[in-house]
Amino acid sequence: MAAGTEWTRSEIELAGGKVHFARAGSGRPVVVLHHDTGSPDRLEFYDALATRFDVIVPHHPGYGKSERPQWLRSVRDVAVIHQWLLADLGIERASLVGLGFGGWIAAEMATMAPTALHRLVLVGAMGLKPPEGDIFDQAIVSYLDYARAGFHDQAAFARIYGDVSTDQLVEWDICREMCFRIAWKPYMYSQTLPHLLGGVKAPALVVWGDDDKIVPRSAGELYAAALPKARFEIVRGSGHCVEMEQPEALAQLVGGFIAEN
Amino acid sequence: MHVMYFTEQPMSAYPADIGLEFGATALMFSNKYYDPVAGSRLYNEYLEQYIYAEEMGVEGFMLNEHHNAPFCMQSKCNIFAAILAAVTKKAKIVLLGNPLPLAENPVRLAEELAMIDMISKGRLVSGFVRGGGQEQLANGVSPAYNRERFEEAHDLVVAAWTRQGPFRWEGTHYQHRVVNPWAVPLQKPYPRVWIPGVLSKETIIWAAKQRYPYIALNTSIEATKNIWKLYDEVALEMGYEAGPQNRGYLQQVHVSDSEEKAEKNARQFLWMQGEFTGLAHPVWSSPSGYFSPEHRRQFVEFAVGRAESPRGRPTFEKQVADGRVIFGTPKTVIPKMRHILEETRPSIYGLWGNDGNVSNEDARTCIRLLGQEVMPAMREIGKELGLTDPFEADAPVHLKYSTDLKQMPQAAE
Repeated sequence: MAAGTEWTRSEIELAGGKVHFARAGSGRPVVVLHHDTGSPDRLEFYDALATRFDVIVPHHPGYGKSERPQWLRSVRDVAVIHQWLLADLGIERASLVGLGFGGWIAAEMATMAPTALHRLVLVGAMGLKPPEGDIFDQAIVSYLDYARAGFHDQAAFARIYGDVSTDQLVEWDICREMCFRIAWKPYMYSQTLPHLLGGVKAPALVVWGDDDKIVPRSAGELYAAALPKARFEIVRGSGHCVEMEQPEALAQLVGGFIAEN
Repeated sequence: MHVMYFTEQPMSAYPADIGLEFGATALMFSNKYYDPVAGSRLYNEYLEQYIYAEEMGVEGFMLNEHHNAPFCMQSKCNIFAAILAAVTKKAKIVLLGNPLPLAENPVRLAEELAMIDMISKGRLVSGFVRGGGQEQLANGVSPAYNRERFEEAHDLVVAAWTRQGPFRWEGTHYQHRVVNPWAVPLQKPYPRVWIPGVLSKETIIWAAKQRYPYIALNTSIEATKNIWKLYDEVALEMGYEAGPQNRGYLQQVHVSDSEEKAEKNARQFLWMQGEFTGLAHPVWSSPSGYFSPEHRRQFVEFAVGRAESPRGRPTFEKQVADGRVIFGTPKTVIPKMRHILEETRPSIYGLWGNDGNVSNEDARTCIRLLGQEVMPAMREIGKELGLTDPFEADAPVHLKYSTDLKQMPQAAE
């Protein structure tokens, strides 16, 4: 599908480091915020969104092709840099699609500019302490085991990553180091975020894979309860990485939600 | 020569077969297998062995610490140091050392060390380490700031020891409204600091820049010579010439009254499946951010099983051949020690005498033979080779107290 989508890649200097982003399509602006393991350059899910929207996929500072700001200390700092990126690109009324760790960043961005967003989509989002269970700790498993744990079906993992290259392992290690720099303790959640979500004015869609082994579903239910205008959806046959495992289903769900007026 | 006795203080009373089956004996191997009755017995045996080592004439007690693992029972080296400070008289208490990055409050660490120095009447040598990867995970400290925290905590401890309080500390990782400990070291300007290490070049360079002796931990003779080469180069850049007084070496040396018994007990040095620190899971022993970025590519391949451990897992025979494990009767061990001292020229020497399941009786025999026969011979060889230790040389405690620098370097801190 949409194999011919043209992605442009750019970088912009923000807060002392280069931030890399990919962009394709036209229409309403949609910013996709990637996982704690970075993002492959191309995904079916990104292409599907780009058939309907102006899609921007930034690499978080310190992840992927974006430089690491040595001073950066928190996920909220990342959210501020992404807000800065949108401001510099002149993007208004964006919709945010946050995947896993990127969902935490999206939620932070929404709380700091409550009326600025068109739609907020959180998919398997980190950022809240799950009322039941814990966010899976990548520090105690290898890069491969952690990436695999994001999938319900290992065939889907193989489809995306193939025979994992050493370059990919290096990228995962860099991502992991960055997570340890900004989200070590408490691990992958904020103790203040749940108290701030009530101010978000944009309608929100909270999506969870039915077999998410990374972030317990209870965290999704908490997001849906704390955000004033939220809907909770389960995607069947999916682990944490819903956009890689069920790209069509997620693109349909998200596309329909963002297209609403 | 400054000769020390060392043991990892193994928690040997655990089901090794279950550890082996679990596959990693540091960090996550359950403490449901920990037997506190055996623990109580072993702590007391190890204390008594150290006290006995002083009676047998050692110049120093070398102590260390580790967490969440049977290979080392000492989870806070300051505790044994405090006890030995009170119950022994002469030997230096050499901590190699306190893992600085684990300290959430380095001022408190400075206080503890000052107390140990005063109680021992000035016998403290306060070594500092980064701590292994597992230690960061066991203590909830981010491995990504390990080296930054090591350096800043060092600076803060030294400031707490040497600057008149009260003063304020506004650092990157540590902030203190009031630093004014009412416990300061007896030794001036401050207790000697020795820096032990295994692999990382950064630590060797840092130690040489401070003029702190570097203690090579159980490295091969060849690796040890390479460490001195790097240290010596940095020393020259800093304006001084390094020599034996800057060099320490820890090796596994077991002596007994027969060759057979010595070999049998020396094989216990590999009791944790041959790993220095127990059977390790790579991402626990080297979590992301802990190791030098220049090794990233090599490390990630090792972590997923595509490459060999950078440290290797040499067999007993290989470790004997390259001088990491030494055993025998005093008669056969002394020539081996001469060879090592001639080759590596350290003035500080740690005798790691006993490990694993060596019986208390055999451990004490080892300590007696080391003290009565091996150490006197080592001292003689040391004299002959000019291996003057930092105390004999009255070496400066830190670069900034040097009086012999060729040019004053910048940024000695």
